Amino acid sequence: MHAVKEKLVLIGNGMAGIGTIEQILKLTNRYEITVIGSEPYVNYNRILLSYVLEGSQSMDDIILNSLDWYNEQGITLHTGVTVEKIDTEAKLVLTDKGDAFAYDKVIIATGSTPLMLPIPGAHLPQVVGFRDIADCEQMREAAKTMKKAAVIGGGLLGLEAAKGLAGLGMEVTVVHLMDHLMERQLDAEAALMLKQELERQGISFLMGKQTCTILGEEKVTGLQFADGCVLDSDFVVMAAGICPNTKVASASGLNIERGIVVNDYMQTSVEDVYAVGECVQHQGVCYGLVAPLFEQGSVLAKHISGVPTEPYKGSIVSTKLKISGIDVFSAGDFICSPAHTVIQNKNDWKKTYKKILLKDGKIVGAVLYGDASDSAQLQKLVRQQAEMTDELYAELTGTSGCGGHKKSLAVESMADDEIVCGCNGVTKKTIVDCIVEQGMTTLDEIKASTGATRSCGGCKPVVEQIMQYVMGDNAPAESKQGICTCTTLSRDEIVAEIKAKGLTNIKEIMHVLGWQQLEGCPKCRPALNYYLTMLQPGSYEEDPSSRVMNERMHANLQKDGTYTVIPRMYGGMTTTEDLKKITDVSIKYGVKLIKVTGGQRIGMIGVGKEDLPSVWDELDMPSGYAYAKSLRTVKTCVGSQFCRFGTQDSLEIGAQLERRFERLDLPAKFKFAVNGCPRNCAEACTKDIGIVGNDGGWEIFIGGNGGIKARLADAFCKVKTDQELFDMCSAIMQYYRETGAYLERTADWVERLGLEHIKHAILEDHDNRKALIERIDLALQYVEDPWKKTLRDKKISEALYYHKQPAEQI
Amino acid sequence: MQTRTNINGFTQSDSELQADANPQGSWMVIGDLDDFLPRIGRVFIVNKQEIVVFRLSDDTLRAAINKSASPKGGPLAEGLVSGNFLYDPLHDWKVDLNTGIVQAPDEGSITLVPVQLNGDQVLIDSSVVI
Repeated sequence: MHAVKEKLVLIGNGMAGIGTIEQILKLTNRYEITVIGSEPYVNYNRILLSYVLEGSQSMDDIILNSLDWYNEQGITLHTGVTVEKIDTEAKLVLTDKGDAFAYDKVIIATGSTPLMLPIPGAHLPQVVGFRDIADCEQMREAAKTMKKAAVIGGGLLGLEAAKGLAGLGMEVTVVHLMDHLMERQLDAEAALMLKQELERQGISFLMGKQTCTILGEEKVTGLQFADGCVLDSDFVVMAAGICPNTKVASASGLNIERGIVVNDYMQTSVEDVYAVGECVQHQGVCYGLVAPLFEQGSVLAKHISGVPTEPYKGSIVSTKLKISGIDVFSAGDFICSPAHTVIQNKNDWKKTYKKILLKDGKIVGAVLYGDASDSAQLQKLVRQQAEMTDELYAELTGTSGCGGHKKSLAVESMADDEIVCGCNGVTKKTIVDCIVEQGMTTLDEIKASTGATRSCGGCKPVVEQIMQYVMGDNAPAESKQGICTCTTLSRDEIVAEIKAKGLTNIKEIMHVLGWQQLEGCPKCRPALNYYLTMLQPGSYEEDPSSRVMNERMHANLQKDGTYTVIPRMYGGMTTTEDLKKITDVSIKYGVKLIKVTGGQRIGMIGVGKEDLPSVWDELDMPSGYAYAKSLRTVKTCVGSQFCRFGTQDSLEIGAQLERRFERLDLPAKFKFAVNGCPRNCAEACTKDIGIVGNDGGWEIFIGGNGGIKARLADAFCKVKTDQELFDMCSAIMQYYRETGAYLERTADWVERLGLEHIKHAILEDHDNRKALIERIDLALQYVEDPWKKTLRDKKISEALYYHKQPAEQI
Repeated sequence: MQTRTNINGFTQSDSELQADANPQGSWMVIGDLDDFLPRIGRVFIVNKQEIVVFRLSDDTLRAAINKSASPKGGPLAEGLVSGNFLYDPLHDWKVDLNTGIVQAPDEGSITLVPVQLNGDQVLIDSSVVI
């Protein structure tokens, strides 16, 4: 077809240029392509540089096109080469290495350069911009030796740089000329919330300051401002803005204003010379963000490939701040004027802010802070200048019911050619085709094939919604199951977040981790209460309203509204005094039934709620914890004290174990058995920890259960001395406390983790075992008998146990 | 009316429970806000009917007859309070304490009792049970 291919030269090996080339390659093979870039790298994702700076991603992570890709596409790549000039007469591209490349068409995609303020001291070596890998590396180096950094500019780049440097351990001050941050993307309200959050994260701000001099002779020592103030610093990042890189274009005699002037098809003032991306100026506007680059590239690719295309009409700009943990979004007009109708919702507690601006009933702009989950939808509505309707209002302000359903409808109504991934220009249809025609079923497959979600990741929710919509019930779970419907986080993720973020109470966990129901439900509240007690022994303040009912009351509710009281009887042994007390109290309070329980204790069934404190007081025995996710009972056989077959003193050891571990919060109820000989009369095989004595010591079994799902315990280990037995039980219980899910019995826990895993963690890893024992000992210091505690705290016990009775009725 | 005398030093703080002269006639003082623990129901008895009062986390109050909407449910007072919702302690039915209506997929309703806070005093409208 094309015997001799036309020569296409791309100047600039960045996202805009390569994005355009990718589009062209999909449309035609008529070009022999040469790419010349001055950075010594393949095309990488510049948007993610801030992650490389903060160290959460490596250079390799952000590469978009590998060398193999260039080879496969037959592209000749010259890196580390700077183009100096285009000879538009001879149609040659001339480089700094003295080479000349002939072209039929040439695309300039030289991007932008950081705006270096022309102030005294700007030339010092400790002053850098924040634009490319080299800048990142310089900043990472600086953080190793220097302490104080000043970032000039409180815009997108400046804040990302500041956060990155702070993460590297520097003291960072952001100096901003204007009175609020990111004034080109955010309104004052959102900017203030952002500033407060960043201050909380340790970044300082100087607002309304104009930097006039960078102080220092050979090394930076500080900044001087127009008002005379001085800021000490040894490193300066200039992030005051970017300006289109028009060097090549101006050397080549193209028409330039702020940027390279292009028409609606990205043509410059000279024939066969095109420009795309941040270096261009279209209808008076220069864009410094990624989405417009794609829209421009798409028009250019079609035009240059001879495919009919709509002209480029400019872009609605939207922004997402890429600082971990802070969601900020804006699109379109975000500064109110009298012409706007404003829908605004600020929530100081959840620290979220949402503003939607209407003009003549149409959605023209939006700002989100704290929760940017509606960003994809708002971006689309702003781009379409959609008419605000009651339905849309309800959806956007969350005044209607379930959001998930509404969201999928929004996907349904999306046009086929609508762009889902703005970074890589992936339409809804492309994604739908992947699923329907190529049978893809996972986000990763779609990402690999189309590039959607690959760059900034902001479109991930929409892609997932499309998958859900197209695949219906066959879709993989949109997100994994959380511990309840209030959250999508698993037990392990929640525990990790509590540790990482230092969360100290249930309300804070729900708030920070984005609980869907503000105060949780009966599934998550007791679970979180347990995880906090487990993680923060002594310091976490118990929340009785998050305990399951029986634990809150310290007694078992029966179906007739009365309670069962079961006092502790260590090792199943009682005394005549205790039996007498039980008898007396039972008579006095009209106990309905006295029963020996399955765990060798005595239950007093049928105690009125209001009598509970008196019963406890008069019994004067410790709580038997028959109601709790805690150690219930240690069942024993008679053992060597009396039994003819007994080889070990199971009674004494059983009672000691019960005293040692009682009252500690555990993921679920927990039962021991201690046997004096292998005849196993106390049934060790169905207990969480079953202990069997023999002539030389003890054998320990774990994970047994005689309940709903019967399971025989697994042999765990053998120990020789009583001390070893206590230590091993301590380590097992603490490991279960730390890794078990709330309500997960040891039978399920052993099956989930695997016996070998648990053996490894406890038997083989001596240091770990020692640490587990120390932690359980610490936790055990804080336990207290709940009956005694209740009797002491009269106010709480009155509120919990006594009916309020109006003295008189009116 | 039932009365219970002191048990082991616990008093009923009767002084808090003085009836208040009330123009509407059916409002009854049942105690101070402090008598109610956040998110834990407290029962009191009027005309042999158990009424449970909940103090929500925003310190507003809700009251209802202490009887589950679910035939297998437990006393509402033992339920878990989340925002303005109450979960039945035995059956986990979710009830809106603003309307008394059980949330889908379950169906039913509980009987709410008007309750108000006057300064620190908690008052209920006892006409529901008289």
